[in-house]
Amino acid sequence: MIKNPVKKEQFVKWVLVAFALSSLLFLFLIFIFILFEGLPLFHKIGLKNIIMGSKWAPTKGSFGIFPMIVSSFLVTFGALVIGAPMGLSCAIYLSEYSGKRMKMFLKPALELLAGIPSVVYGFLGVIYIVPLIRNYIGGSGFSLLATSIILGIMILPTIISISFDSLMSVPKTYREGSFAMGATKWQTIYKVIIPAAKSGILASFILGMGRAIGETMAVIMIAGNALRIPTSILDPLRTLTGNIALELAYATGDHRLGLFSTGVVLLVIIMILNYIANFGIKRKM
Amino acid sequence: MVRKFGIIAVALATLIISCSGKPVDRAKKNKHTITIAGSTSVMPFTEKLAEHFMIDNRKFVIDVQGGGSTAGIQACLNNTVNIGMSSRELKEEEKTLNTITLCYDGITIVVNPKNPLKALTLQQASRIFSGGITNWNQLGWINRKIDAVTREEGSGTRSSFEELVMKGSEIDDGIMVQDSNGSVKEVVATDPYAIGYISLGLVDQRVRPLTINGVVPSIRSIKVGRYKIVRPFIYVTNGELDEDGRKFVNFVLSKDGQNILKKEGLVGFYD
Repeated sequence: MIKNPVKKEQFVKWVLVAFALSSLLFLFLIFIFILFEGLPLFHKIGLKNIIMGSKWAPTKGSFGIFPMIVSSFLVTFGALVIGAPMGLSCAIYLSEYSGKRMKMFLKPALELLAGIPSVVYGFLGVIYIVPLIRNYIGGSGFSLLATSIILGIMILPTIISISFDSLMSVPKTYREGSFAMGATKWQTIYKVIIPAAKSGILASFILGMGRAIGETMAVIMIAGNALRIPTSILDPLRTLTGNIALELAYATGDHRLGLFSTGVVLLVIIMILNYIANFGIKRKM
Repeated sequence: MVRKFGIIAVALATLIISCSGKPVDRAKKNKHTITIAGSTSVMPFTEKLAEHFMIDNRKFVIDVQGGGSTAGIQACLNNTVNIGMSSRELKEEEKTLNTITLCYDGITIVVNPKNPLKALTLQQASRIFSGGITNWNQLGWINRKIDAVTREEGSGTRSSFEELVMKGSEIDDGIMVQDSNGSVKEVVATDPYAIGYISLGLVDQRVRPLTINGVVPSIRSIKVGRYKIVRPFIYVTNGELDEDGRKFVNFVLSKDGQNILKKEGLVGFYD
């Protein structure tokens, strides 16, 4: 083995560099692979016919995914409507109000929430939320509403942990200054701390959106997967991710390429969201 | 330190050795292995057949996987499996494969047991799924939207349904889509206002099959040719099967094999 300690240091460093770069390599390979498989169809059918087309019948030559793009954004928005207020409130409580013991109890619970597999969320949705909506609100239950509720819960850990970190990073002097001016605790939070942590909180929402738009398994199980743009919150809908997972098993030829094109669109959307989130976090620092 | 590296090296070596060589090759040394993949509609029945087959032939290992009709046919064309399963007829470009029809399966239109509806005509069924009939009161029940469920694009069951029931008209975009017989059945079993179509073999007391044009879907009515929504379950092979594969197929087509299929609600070749 290597005896010279300096050489050993070098050796370890280069091994670590190689592994670090390999993650970049994977990202690059995934990118190339999806583009390679997805782009030919854009060339053949036309960007506009795919992105703006409203008819998806890949075995009959229609590859429009516009309804799915709209649906993906609808569920993501729905998830935010439900998850954002809950998540932000929880983060504020954790950072400003809760004592040490409560924090010790709440934080691990939230981490557990993040660790529950999405198929379990989907299962709970099918067993409890879908029948509740069907029996008390209407429709088949497989709907925008059910999906939004489940996704709203699923993005809670993301929103809470990132908002919490950005709230905690607000300097203590801000709080002290505010109290010294005679502000109450809520006034301090509302007027000083939240504005100071604003970009981090926004970033947490955007990362939550990224998680919601990319969620697949739970969505397939409760969204109903119909191909039309929903006209009410009780209508079923199909997301971009759901489309890929639903049909990949049986797809061949152009149908398969169509699913990869769906993947390209999804990739672009997620990249934009991540870019915005990163931008937000950087500005704060 | 040297010892640590030694341990890692041994671990890596073991990993590499255990990964090298296809699993099939290793198994072949003392066992006969048959790999089968394809239609998720045929899979549960093939699994059952394989179980029975392996009781009598202890040296055989039969590996049954899903993936869908098209995937099974593709895998067979690429010689990655011995036998492919399909729940639809082969397309023109797939006709180079040999086919063995093992039995026939009826597609039944099912509703929730709470639904009083007993009968549909083929035309009504087609209109429900093409979006012409959207409310249960059009079929003489309460004023409530019909929650129709279909299968995803590319599924063997869906393409048979389109061919045998829809007859040219398209399945409406507003209809819910589920990705397996099992999930369609689950939706229909839990939603009193749902309607869907599944394999006859999977019908149990949780869902109720409807008569079509007055004909009850059953093994009998399929056999005498009165129930029309029927599709074949086929095995496909690329070229001639080897001896092991032939032995399994012979079992499937034998009286014992066909009896197993019959018990599962499929229509075989014997009475």
